[in-house]
Order: sequence, then C-alpha cells, then structure tokens
Amino acid sequence: MLKRLRARMTPTDVVMWFIGAAILVLVIWGSMATLSEGKFSSHHWFDFIVFGLAQGSIYALIAMGYTMVYGTLRMINFAHSEVFMSGPYTAYYVAAAFYSSGFLDRQPIVSLIIIFLVSMATSTFIAILLERIAYRPLRTAPRLVPLITAIGASFFLQYTFRGLYGSGFQAYPVVKILEGEWLFGEFRILKFQAVVIIAAALLMAVLYSFIQRTRVGKAIRSVSEDKETSSLMGINVDRMIVTTFVIGGMAAGAAGVLYAVMFKQVHFFMGFIPGIKAFTAAVLGGIGNIPGAMLGGIFLGLIESVGPTLFLDGLGIAAPYQLKDAIAFILLVLVLIFRPTGILGEHLAAKKA
Amino acid sequence: MKQAIKIGLIGGVVEVLLSLIGMIEAFSQRDIISHIISMGHTLLLLVVLFMGYLAAKRTPGTKPLWGLIDSLISGLIVGGVLALLVFVGGMINLRKVFINASPLLYKLLTFDQGTTAGISLLLGGGALSGLLGGFISLAPSLLRRVLMVSLGSVAGAGVLQDLLRPTFALWGPLAVVNEWLFSSNGLTFHGAFGLFALITALSAFWAKKGDAIRSGVKRLPSARQRALKITSLLFLIMILLVLPQLLGLFLSEVLTIVGLYVLLGLGLNIVVGFAGLLDLGYVAFFAIGAYTTGVLTSPELGFFSLSFWGALPFAIFMGVLSGVLLGIPVLKMRGDYLAIATLGFGEIIRILVLSDFLRPWLGGAQGIGKIPKAHIGSMEFATPQQIYYLILAGCLLVGFISWRLRDSRLGRAWMAVREDEDVAQAMGINLSSTKLLAFATGAAFSALSGAIFASKLGSVYPHSFNVMISINILCLIIVGGMGSIPGVLVGAFALVGLPELLREFAEYRLLVYGAALVAMMLLRPEGLWPEALRRRELHEGESAEKESPVRP
Repeated sequence: MLKRLRARMTPTDVVMWFIGAAILVLVIWGSMATLSEGKFSSHHWFDFIVFGLAQGSIYALIAMGYTMVYGTLRMINFAHSEVFMSGPYTAYYVAAAFYSSGFLDRQPIVSLIIIFLVSMATSTFIAILLERIAYRPLRTAPRLVPLITAIGASFFLQYTFRGLYGSGFQAYPVVKILEGEWLFGEFRILKFQAVVIIAAALLMAVLYSFIQRTRVGKAIRSVSEDKETSSLMGINVDRMIVTTFVIGGMAAGAAGVLYAVMFKQVHFFMGFIPGIKAFTAAVLGGIGNIPGAMLGGIFLGLIESVGPTLFLDGLGIAAPYQLKDAIAFILLVLVLIFRPTGILGEHLAAKKA
Repeated sequence: MKQAIKIGLIGGVVEVLLSLIGMIEAFSQRDIISHIISMGHTLLLLVVLFMGYLAAKRTPGTKPLWGLIDSLISGLIVGGVLALLVFVGGMINLRKVFINASPLLYKLLTFDQGTTAGISLLLGGGALSGLLGGFISLAPSLLRRVLMVSLGSVAGAGVLQDLLRPTFALWGPLAVVNEWLFSSNGLTFHGAFGLFALITALSAFWAKKGDAIRSGVKRLPSARQRALKITSLLFLIMILLVLPQLLGLFLSEVLTIVGLYVLLGLGLNIVVGFAGLLDLGYVAFFAIGAYTTGVLTSPELGFFSLSFWGALPFAIFMGVLSGVLLGIPVLKMRGDYLAIATLGFGEIIRILVLSDFLRPWLGGAQGIGKIPKAHIGSMEFATPQQIYYLILAGCLLVGFISWRLRDSRLGRAWMAVREDEDVAQAMGINLSSTKLLAFATGAAFSALSGAIFASKLGSVYPHSFNVMISINILCLIIVGGMGSIPGVLVGAFALVGLPELLREFAEYRLLVYGAALVAMMLLRPEGLWPEALRRRELHEGESAEKESPVRP
C-alpha cells in the first residue's frame, strides 16, 4: 500500500501536500489560539456568522450564473461580474428618483420590487447581448479564445458604464423599513441582513425548482450533458444557451440589488471582486453543479467573515480583516489543487480535463 | 434593404454610445485639420463610412446601384439615430443619468447650428457619408487601397501631431515643413491636402512597382542580399542608439514606458504565447522584482543598501524562485482554471504587500521610497533619456534570449505543450520541468523589468501592481500576435505608446483595450503581426489560394 503510494507520488505532489499540511496546521493553531484567548464573545461570532451568511448568499446567486454557463459552454464567463454590476448600477437611478419623489418612503415594498425588476432586466439584457455578440461566434474556437474574449468584454463593459454613469461611488438611498434590528432572545440580527438572506434563499429555491422541475430546465440540463445528442432529441441548443444566460443574468441582477441593500453603494468597479469570489464559490461547489454553487457561495461567505478573525487573530497578525480577500483566494487555489472537482462536482470530472 | 436598416441601426447605437460615454466630447479637443474637422467628428465619420461600406458589401446581387442605395439608407439611419439623441436630449435632461450628455455634446453633434438645422445636417451628412462608404466599397481594389492609405495617413498625422511636431522642430531644415504642415492645433488645410497628394502618389507608385522592387531584391545574389540585411540592421541599431537625442524628453519618457512593457510582454509571451499557459497574475513577478530591488537598495527601510547592480541579480533570482514556487501548484491545471488560479496569486501578492501585517518589511500602503538610481562608473541613469539606454539594453538582451529560445529544443517543447499536453507528454516531454521553465523564464524577464521600474521611479507602491497591468500585458501580446516577438513590439507601441501620446485617450484606454481584445478574437485571432505557424493553424479551414504570402 505504502509502496504503491510512493510510486505514484511525484516530487511536486510531495511539495504540495507539505504546503497543504502546513496551512492546515496554521489554521488549527490559529483557531485554537483565538478561541482560548476568549477575546470574542458568542455575540461577536453570531454577528460574523449572520454577516457571512448574507454575503455568502449573494455570492451564491452570482455563482449560479458562472456555473450554468460553464455547464453548457465549458467556458468561464469572465464578464459575468459586469452583468452583476450593470443591474444595480442602472437601478440606482430608479431608486434615486423614487427617493427624491418620496415614493420610496410611502410604498417601500412596491418600489423595492420595481428596483429589483429594473436591475434584473438590465443584467439579463447585458447577458443576452454578451452571448449574442461575443460568445456565439466563438463556439467552436480553441478554448483560450472565448476566455480572452470574455476578459475583453468585461473591461469593455466596466469602462462603458463608467463613461455612461461616471466614475464616482453612488450612495444607494436607504430604505427605512430595512433599518433597525430584530431580537431573538439575546441575539440580534440587523434587519437588512436577514432580508438579504431570506430573499436570496427564496430566489435560489425558485431558480433551482425551475431547473429541476420544468421542461425548459430539463432541456438546459440535457444541453449541459451533451449538446449534440440534445439537438438530435429536438432541443434548440442555441435557445437553451441563451436561456442559461438569461437565468444567470436574472440571478446576478437580483444579487446586485441585495448587494446594494447591504453595502449601500454602487460603483463601476463593484463587480470585479464579488465576481472572482463567486467564481471561487462555483469552483468550491464543483463547477457546473447548481446546488454546489449555492453551497459553495454560502461556505465562502462564512469562511470570509469568520476566517480572518478565527484563523489569524490568534497568530498575532495585525488587522486580520485586511487579509480576508487573501483567504478567499488561498482557498480557491487550495481547492483547485487538491479537489478541482469541488465539493459536489463528481460526475462532471470525468469528461473535462 | 433589411440588412441595410439593421447595419444602420447598429451604427447609430454605436455612435450614441460613443457620444454618451463622453468620447466624442473628449476627442473634440484636438483638431485633425485645423478648424475644419476635429478628432471627435472624425470618429463619428469613420463609423458612418464603415457602416456604408458594410451595407454596400453585404448587398446581394452585382448591380452597384443597389449597393449604393443600401449604403445611403444605412448612413441615413445612423444620422437619424444620432438626430434622435439630439431631439430627446433637447426635450428632457439626460444629464441626470448620463453625466456626459452635456450641452457641449449637443453643440458638437449639431455642428453648432441649433437643433433643427443640426438634425437636418446630421441626416444629410449621414446619408452622404454612407454613400461615400458605399463608393469606397465598390471602387476597384487599387483605388480603394490607395485611398484608404492616404486618408489614413492624413488622419494619422493629425492624431500624432504631438509626436511629429516636436520631432520636426528639433531638426533645423525640417522646421519649415513643420510651419507648413501644422497649425497650433491640427494640420493646416494646405498641409493636409499636400500630405494627401504625396501619400497618394507614393502608394500608387508602390502598388504599381512594389512587387517589381521586392522581386528585384530577391533576385540579387545571396551575398548582396546578406550585405543589404546587415546594413539595414546596423542602420536600425544606429537609430535606436541616437533615438532619445532625436526625440526630446517627453517622447523619451514615453519610449521608456513602452520599453518596460516590451520587457514584460516578452516575458509573458514565453508563458502565454510559447507555452500556452494563460497567466493572469503576471504582475506578481513585476512586483516581486520591484520590491526586491526596493528592499535591498532603499536606505529608508535600512536593512541593506546595495547598489542597483548589486540588487539586480537578487531581484531576478527572486523572480525565478517565485515563478517556480507559484508554478508548482498550478502544474496540473489547464486553461481556465489556470487563469483564475494565477489571477488569485496576483491578488494575494498585492493584498499581502498592502497589508499592515507586512508593513515593517515592505512599507504597507506607503510603499518604499528613496530607491537609488543605477550607475555605471560616473554615469547615472536618472533622466528618461539615460534610462532609455538601460531599458534598451534589457530589451535587446531579453529579445535575443527569447528569439534563441524559440527555436531551441526547449522552445519546441513549449509549443508542443501549447498544442496538446497529452501528445507532448507521449512524445517524451517532461511536462513539469517544461512548464516550470516557462514560468521561471517569464518571471525572470518580468522581475528584470520590475527592478528597472523601481530604479526609474525611485519608489514602489502596492497600487502600481494591480491586475490591470496583467491585463494590459496580455492585451498587448494578443493584439500583436501570440507567440510572435515582433508582435510584442507592435502591441506595446500600439497599446502603450499611443495612449501616452493621446492625452484624451487616457480615460478610455481600458475601454478600447477591452473592445480591441473582443474584436481581435472575433476577427483576427492571430494578431497584427502573427507568427507564421500560428496564422496557418488558425486559418486551417480556409481555402489555400486565399492565403496571402506569409510575412517575415
């Protein structure tokens, strides 16, 4: 047994496992040190977890777009982060108009629904445009070509929106009914965080049952299994691919408004980091796998919000919160190295390299 | 007809977008021909011309009249969509949402004639320009080529006036040309006309006699050909050596920036172009080179105070080391996963450098200052004109190494890995060492560039090393042609040099880069100056007789 293992291990594997083990030891050591210090009460941890859940469910919604496009086209839609940005940035102007006319305070629910719809419509429009102009002509091109196109499209969209709407931060108007907090025994939850979690969970449930239960959903799944066979079965492959972009765009647009509700500002560059994080989440859950993307998103959100304090504070690192992005990226690299199929992505692994 | 309407609508949307993102307004600062046409209007005109050209080309059948009608219609529609923007903008204040929908924009779009006259001007002008585009498309190919070259060079001279004017001014006799050709903003009318006539004559001559001259050179005895080559090479080197003296301070500065990007591009060209490993975190090695130099030389931190030359080997060594260290984990990844993982690495490095945690060693957000300049004896490389030589030496060295590597055993192994990893491995190529060598070589070049960058600026900040730099470099090698060494030069001059010369352009740089990447991938995936092999690969399916002769 040991001999066989030794024969299969290359020197690089040894180095990799060594690095992995070192990181694991550091993480455990750091967590023990932080917990034994007792600097943070259970209230702190609860807050971290709720924040992480809220952030994670936003990641999960964005990650759905990545994972579905990857499922059907086997490409990373690098410009999906701009699909995410375009929605809330456009809907900002609707929100601002509602706010200044007082409609937002009088009819908060109606105006929130309209804001959601505008954002989702814009994101969907951008996603369809992207598919039609940039990706469709490149279906049969070598793999690097659509990826580079996606990177180009991403920057083009970012700076187009910057040109249209300006380069400053725009402060999203505050919705009064989402301010304040709810008390559960001795724990308190900020209202908007709870709303973000509930709304995202609802949306994910709807989208997931759409893909699992309806005929169109079935067709999408069959296209992602095998395009040629599905087209032989009478499925319009092009239309199904557009549908995946539409669903991804809708999820991203909704996620964008939730993001704006949570952080209260929009900016032309706001898509970049959440985009990469959501991609990480999709990889974490196993790319191409829809429940995996949701799980991965929530897991990543939790790690990011709890991780810096839990792992790093005990090691005596100053200002660990600055390193939260680094933790997410290290997690991404580790997953790509040790389990590229992700948590749930078993059945796709055999087909692609 | 339907086609023409569609083309016209696309063109109109493009023009409205160009106006609303502020490009037209920004570009109108500069005149191409003084008081006659500005760069912004030229941009608008180009779109209409192109749409007219397309419409005429796409018209079915052979009757030229229908083509012209189609181009007229599409031009009219482009003008109409713009007129609609002016009309709507006059009714409601678009500026609340689109910050660039300023009164100045409407003034530019209506040619300062008021709304009604402006709209009719837009319609008429659009139709006429569309028609002109149709004429160009239907003209015989010789006339079309000559016309495009000469119109293009007039526009080019106008766009590059900041480059040409000071250069001519430095040369006594040419100052007269300067007077005649340029006014204070843009070409003079007679200058533009003269230039147009001259270029038309030259290009017509070349189109008639060019083939004869080329084959004449080919028929020369091989010794003479060799001598000709060596003379032109020597001439080129001479020019490179005296260039900063010819160009003055500002242009030398631009040249040094271009040079740094050439160094970076040559490095990434090995990783992406030769070995096919899409690395989006390439800026990390640039940062490592710069920071190693900074830490080792700056008296501010006070660990070491080596000279530039003392620190350079360490910087390159650190680059190679980090190239290998970051390369090992990603050895087994391919394509998209590799891209994302390297992007993650680049960000990790930047976040670490920026963090308070490493502040005592790397200076945190404040960076490292007081990095000394490089010396050779008493000669200091301080001004752009002096640093130019440092960078030139680096570029020549790195260019030579890449050129020799390309045809070496290792180079062929890289290309085999790029084409098909599994087959390459079956042919006995050691994938691990081949890929690691690619990462290490690329990182070494990048670290060299970083070291020069640190000494040029005298300080390093974490914000200089964001992901945009990686994207810029990727862009320039893709636009130039992946895997092609002259392509890196072309790409660097086009994507780094031009925006430095055009101040108005700076704001739209990344927008244009993005559009260029997409357009390049859709229309010409092999790049502007492709490697012969790659060009053949990407156009495999097309008929053999259509293939134009392979460029050098």
